[in-house]
Amino acid sequence: MPFIPHTEDDTREMLKTIGVDSIEDLFDEIPAELRADALSDVPAGQNEMAVTRHLHDRAGRDTQPLSFLGAGAYEHHIPAAVWQLTTRGEFYTAYTPYQAEASQGTLQVLYEFQTMMAELTGMDVSNASLYEGASALAEAVLMAVRANRKSKTKRILMPSTVHPTYRSVVNTIVRHQGITLELLDYDTKGGHIDPASLPSKPGDIAALVIPQPNFFGALEDADALTDWAQQHGALVIGVVNPTAMALITPPGEWGSGTGADIVCGEGQPLGAPLASGGPYFGFMCCAQKHVRQMPGRIIGRTTDLEGKKGYVLTLQAREQHIRRSKATSNICTNQGLLTTAATIYMSLLGPEGLRQTAEHSHSNTCELSDALCAIDGVEKVFDRPCFHETVIRLPKPAADVLAGLDQKGVIGGFDLSSDYPELGNALLICATETKTEADLNTFATTLREVLA
Amino acid sequence: MLDKQTPLIFEHSRPSRVNTTHTQRTTAKTTNIPAGLLRKSKPRLPEVSEMDAVRHYTRLSQKNFSIDTQFYPLGSCTMKHNPRACNSLASLPGYLNRHPLAPVKHGQGFLSCMWDLQEMLKDVTGMTAVSLTPMAGAQGEFAGVAMIRAYHDANNDTDRTEILVPDAAHGTNPATATMCGYATKEIPTDANGDIDVEALKVAVGPHTAGIMLTNPSTLGVFDRRIKEIAGIVHEAGGLLYYDGANLNAILGKVKPGDMGFDVIHMNLHKTFSTPHGGGGPGAGPVGVSERLKPFMPIPVVGKNDDGYYWLTEKDLPQTIGRLSTYMGNAGVLMRAYIYALLLGREGMVRVADYATLNANYLMVSLAKAGFDMALPERRATHEFILTLKRQAKEQGVTAMDFAKRLLDYGFHAPTTYFPLIVPECLLIEPTESESKETLDGFIEAMAAIQKEAEKDAETLKGAPYSQPMRRLDDVKAARELDLRYSFEQKDGK
Repeated sequence: MPFIPHTEDDTREMLKTIGVDSIEDLFDEIPAELRADALSDVPAGQNEMAVTRHLHDRAGRDTQPLSFLGAGAYEHHIPAAVWQLTTRGEFYTAYTPYQAEASQGTLQVLYEFQTMMAELTGMDVSNASLYEGASALAEAVLMAVRANRKSKTKRILMPSTVHPTYRSVVNTIVRHQGITLELLDYDTKGGHIDPASLPSKPGDIAALVIPQPNFFGALEDADALTDWAQQHGALVIGVVNPTAMALITPPGEWGSGTGADIVCGEGQPLGAPLASGGPYFGFMCCAQKHVRQMPGRIIGRTTDLEGKKGYVLTLQAREQHIRRSKATSNICTNQGLLTTAATIYMSLLGPEGLRQTAEHSHSNTCELSDALCAIDGVEKVFDRPCFHETVIRLPKPAADVLAGLDQKGVIGGFDLSSDYPELGNALLICATETKTEADLNTFATTLREVLA
Repeated sequence: MLDKQTPLIFEHSRPSRVNTTHTQRTTAKTTNIPAGLLRKSKPRLPEVSEMDAVRHYTRLSQKNFSIDTQFYPLGSCTMKHNPRACNSLASLPGYLNRHPLAPVKHGQGFLSCMWDLQEMLKDVTGMTAVSLTPMAGAQGEFAGVAMIRAYHDANNDTDRTEILVPDAAHGTNPATATMCGYATKEIPTDANGDIDVEALKVAVGPHTAGIMLTNPSTLGVFDRRIKEIAGIVHEAGGLLYYDGANLNAILGKVKPGDMGFDVIHMNLHKTFSTPHGGGGPGAGPVGVSERLKPFMPIPVVGKNDDGYYWLTEKDLPQTIGRLSTYMGNAGVLMRAYIYALLLGREGMVRVADYATLNANYLMVSLAKAGFDMALPERRATHEFILTLKRQAKEQGVTAMDFAKRLLDYGFHAPTTYFPLIVPECLLIEPTESESKETLDGFIEAMAAIQKEAEKDAETLKGAPYSQPMRRLDDVKAARELDLRYSFEQKDGK
């Protein structure tokens, strides 16, 4: 029987010990009227060979054209060691480290992860991860409302340069708790939030969200935005790309004060494959003073009976299994396996490898943008510096151009026309370090053909 | 012999030890970024060789108990065998490299798997429709209660401000109710482990939005009056939410839809073995009855003449919305799909059969060995509760002492101190994939520990002895927070 080791003798002996005649007798407390008929939409079981053939057949139907899509999920090279180590059974088949003494492997990995994320973002502390980027931002908003005790309004300022899906997910998750999300318009020239456009008397605000880079790939003036927010009593929530952190000013250093209060983001670029959208992981870091308002698992270092250093789940009094309806969040699991992968990924790349990955992605995108904008009718949309994504405007509707490119084996990027119709035929493009010069040329040549 | 304390990866670091295989070796320029926006000092990530990293993380992995190495009877978590085929097939390049926003025509293979999984889960749960998108059980719960709220709001039924939750419920249930803007009202459990129906009758009313239930309950028994409970809540205008944590016990045998539930979440990392990964990722798809179908979280897989596609707010204008940036934990869902194909319809029923056989065998054998059960008159489902209240009184040993001592015998401990309403309890779930020999070994270990408790309780209190660490100080961890490595300490000394 698949995954069931019992022999007929075993079953017979076990039933005898229990004192019943058949397995069916063990279900005698379930009212007969509730017993289901045979499943109709589940096929008969197949062996591993047949299932393997079936899955190969279906994988073969998925085609992978040359892609310049980013928009929140990024293709990066993942060293082979990352997933070979991550899928070791001792990591793969363990659970939440409730028994710390028998889970020191997972716990130490997570403590190292927390250290690396705090370093990368320039913040004091990190949690052991959340589900993914958008829901991490929702948790950050809830946390900011709890942490900003001076604010009474539960007002959050949300730039329109934050990923549109992030904004929609935040709305889904926080809308039942009396929180208002106020949209900030972006500067159409820079593609960023112009600090000069912010009101001088904004009233009571719980927090300002600052995306870095923002959804257009543009870099915000995070220093000025942070100073403005903190002058008006608002907390600062940074939502950042972790690869970019190797290159640009981390949130812990934003502004002239003590930096951002809470930082979150999508961890996928740190070792998770694109895989149709998941599993990824969300990360969250914060200033020490807010740590007791942070949601999710947190690992701490302590000592054992003999004084040796070891690791445990800590600050559990914040969590749902203790505080129930008063918990900081209903979150239970983290994304343990993905954080294991990210920890190994960051160890293998090191500060230099991650910086080069970031720089190479940045310069590839700049080169691509230059090459595409050399084509008649194609132009850059914003003048702010970018990280590894940028927006170009096309002389024809982006959907038509993308369809044309697709026919020639290129996925050209993300069509911005439904989320930002005011930008016209705008396309968000991305070229990470995985793209060669030949790849960039292929895109430019193909776009020229499609527009001809 | 394992080293007791493994140095942190940072302690292996040497300045400028660069792993050139994983760097780009190009002369990339960043002229486009003004100096004011550039990072001034490097993040102190490890600077180690590939071999340093491989050795370090291999060594750390060896300090974990896991299903692959030990019996792991953690109640309510369904720690069953994780077939390797599920991992290798879900990792085929076709699935792994697909960008979530790539046009659906490039992902028909993947989408067809998701469609088939949706159909299978509908059948298994007896619900009208399924959305795969919630990323964990707790997110499935959030989606479920948010749908209940959306349903009442759509009917302008805005006086419903309370969610009923049994006192034995998972902590995520009341926490979820709070996130959806509801107050929680606890319903007591009767002496037999079932919901106290009389108390329920008093608690329901015009303020009841719904009730969140697990059946089999967290007490490891099947609530026999579930149809009556469903009737009472529906009569009052409330809806029923099913927490699928314990679906393994009834897989293919009882459908939550037939019990009268309006919405359910499944924990695919439990029942469908996807695996647990040291605490995630999970997947918590939701199934809904006809009346909640318009409110499902998006995206949902659709199918028409052109093939498979995503249903969005255009197709489901009353949706509660999106719960994540893309479609959820696709790779976890793929593993569940592959597991379901390997089991097939007969295999699913067998899961419930043998999970129940193992739990009852273990319960009866432990009772024969002298242990007290929380509900000795009841059948176990896929799990059961043993209480050490008597041992706490007579020998001064706790459930935690038993749990830690079990580690020395080579077994992961069962869930301790949950549910909260049973004192000194162990919630034990053996799952269907364990053999009789393993269960017998566990029974012997429990009996041996009991003897130790009677002879020398101090032995238990000092456990574990065989692990890399002795018992760790949780109180100190929370008081003297040390949540990250301090580089200054290393540099300074």
